[in-house]
Amino acid sequence: MTILIRGARLPDGTTTELVIDHGVVAERGTGLSAAGAMVIDAEGLQALPGLVDLHTHLREPGFEQSETVLTGSRAAAAGGFTAVHAMANTSPVQDTAGVVEQVASLGDHHGYVTVRPVGAVTRGLAGEQLSEIGAMAQSRAGVRVFSDDGKCVHDALLMRRALEYVRSFNGVVAQHAQEPRLTEGAQMNEGVVSAELGLAGWPAVAEEAIIARDVLLAQTTGARLHICHLSTAGSVEVIRWAKSRGIAVTAEVTPHHLLLTDELARSYDARYKVNPPLRRDEDVHALREALADGTIDIVATDHAPHPIESKECAWQEASFGMVGLESALNVVQQSVVDTGQLGWSDIARVLSRTPAEIGRLSGYERPFDVGSPAHLTLYDPAASSIFSVDHLAGKGANSPYLGRELPGRVVATIYGGVPTVLDGSVRSAEEVARG
Amino acid sequence: MKHLLSVRDLDRDSAITILDLAEDMAQVATRAVPKLPTLRGRTVANLFFEDSTRTRLSFESAAKKLSADVITFSAKGSSVSKGESLKDTTQTIAAMGIDAVVLRHSASGAARVLADSGWIDAPVINAGDGTHEHPTQGLLDAFTIRQGLHGAASRGRDLDGVRVTIVGDILHSRVARSNVWLLTTLGASVHLVAPGTLLPTGVENWPVTVSSDLDAAIADSPDALMMLRIQSERMRDAFFPHDLEYARQWGLHDERFARLSPDTMILHPGPMNRGLEISARAADSPRSMVLKQVTNGVSIRMAVLYLVLSGATTEAPV
Repeated sequence: MTILIRGARLPDGTTTELVIDHGVVAERGTGLSAAGAMVIDAEGLQALPGLVDLHTHLREPGFEQSETVLTGSRAAAAGGFTAVHAMANTSPVQDTAGVVEQVASLGDHHGYVTVRPVGAVTRGLAGEQLSEIGAMAQSRAGVRVFSDDGKCVHDALLMRRALEYVRSFNGVVAQHAQEPRLTEGAQMNEGVVSAELGLAGWPAVAEEAIIARDVLLAQTTGARLHICHLSTAGSVEVIRWAKSRGIAVTAEVTPHHLLLTDELARSYDARYKVNPPLRRDEDVHALREALADGTIDIVATDHAPHPIESKECAWQEASFGMVGLESALNVVQQSVVDTGQLGWSDIARVLSRTPAEIGRLSGYERPFDVGSPAHLTLYDPAASSIFSVDHLAGKGANSPYLGRELPGRVVATIYGGVPTVLDGSVRSAEEVARG
Repeated sequence: MKHLLSVRDLDRDSAITILDLAEDMAQVATRAVPKLPTLRGRTVANLFFEDSTRTRLSFESAAKKLSADVITFSAKGSSVSKGESLKDTTQTIAAMGIDAVVLRHSASGAARVLADSGWIDAPVINAGDGTHEHPTQGLLDAFTIRQGLHGAASRGRDLDGVRVTIVGDILHSRVARSNVWLLTTLGASVHLVAPGTLLPTGVENWPVTVSSDLDAAIADSPDALMMLRIQSERMRDAFFPHDLEYARQWGLHDERFARLSPDTMILHPGPMNRGLEISARAADSPRSMVLKQVTNGVSIRMAVLYLVLSGATTEAPV
């Protein structure tokens, strides 16, 4: 399929025409020929490189009632993503070459996005012994990101060994920073709101203490460390300190931690229950500033679908997590673009180029250059709508944004030259398979 | 009143209305036939997902004194154990035909979730939700304090200038939370005394004063001293070293009781750990309001059931 995109504004602010052919950007300029091409009029739209999520839960294998590789891929495409990193907490856990190869090949088969499996750091996520990191790295899935996400690698010795070992395979350990003893039974951010609601608190120090320990371990070992879903102002300070010392640490923030606060828990609506929890307004602002000044490197969704019954219950009985792929760009626009803190070239960096670099995913180095893979998103920042279940393309309806007005609209997503979203609608599996 | 979920939904006037109505209900108990026909034909469902014999019996007694029918669901142990879904259970009971739900649940916010869910139409009365609130306990405590101060002249009065000290496990106490909000709404000043481990982070934003010194609080001669139940399993979680240490530091033992002003009322939500947070001498003294609290609890619950089931706001049925 040949596609001609007219009038798109690139992240650098220039406007151009693009011809996409054979999966790559074939031509770029003005007055390009439309002969035989599908023409997309992108006048007024923002072109972005295909978005790369470093933190997605696809749930397959094992939890297909929540999400599958197919439905999660569709959710990703709907949000403008062309690659996702699928977290390891599946059943069986992604801790062997066999499981990660299966997940990667399911992604390839469906063809909506590149599915990059994340390997477990420890066998069965049990935090006791290292998983087959080498085998996963050398498998067809080529795993580079290792994480026990959902659980913290809390044993300091094991964390040290993981950092040292992963370095041998050009990998990175992505840490879910949560000191387990300080968060036993924790339900929400510990503070003024938890005190009133009578919900057990998840103190900021439980995150910050692990990050402080781990940046020092990264310094000691010289290994790469990535911190998942930073949520507190104190964590930002620790990362800032570590980077100033030249420690090889990168950090991510979720869209929801850039917008929402623990005040929402007052409704006891379990859609707002997430781990790490929604924090205070001061934290939200510190995270936005840290993303703007580069202390935080990337935005990642922590897309965590759950079936209805996991949220239709009392707060402390509910599962942690919210879906986030479909709303990520809208929420990021509202929280940091519309506030003037980040421009679209920054968005291209924090949602595409840098997450690809951290995950050692190639093809995202020079988007829009002739010869580069055609992974891109056309986005209308001037649009606005009330976010509803109609915006969701995965299985999960556990979005905290339902009923909330959000700016922007993903108009088209193109993955390897194939449109996965056109006119704001996710294309069918058959259409995507035909190319 | 549609539901009673939190005392924070009550302003001063509506709280006083409930207390005054409970005064009327208390009068019923003095009649030859201590029962009103007011709620005849109405069914109250006691849904106790967490064991609480006292609160359940109190609501049951209140409903029966108003001639309502009562059906009771009791889940053994914790409702958080899987299979006992709040939604399924309440919808099942509601399908049998009920007019109000009295909900006790181990999860904070369970009553709010049920009231907001649309799963059932019936009004919801929160009979204790996790470590969040226990609104009828707050009301009965306010009622007891008011009556202790003003006796038969209680009607219409608030608690302006009244000083109440609450001692013990504030962190895990729904009773403390309901009392803090309601007593301060009514004009009382509230002082909390607890070890640092049993005070919630964020308590500094509450409209109270806080200290860890029970002796100083006793020397201050509050109008009411409320001792909270301490669960000895807390010591396994390192909230305090040991029962004896707790009793020494934060218990109303005989020696402290002897120093207590003769005008200070002693309250305890029950059940008491005699010898731990309160000595037998203090618990059984004339200043102890513990049994009055139980009696008043029935009057308060009659008032709340009446208001919720009649949809009324002010007018008394008596």
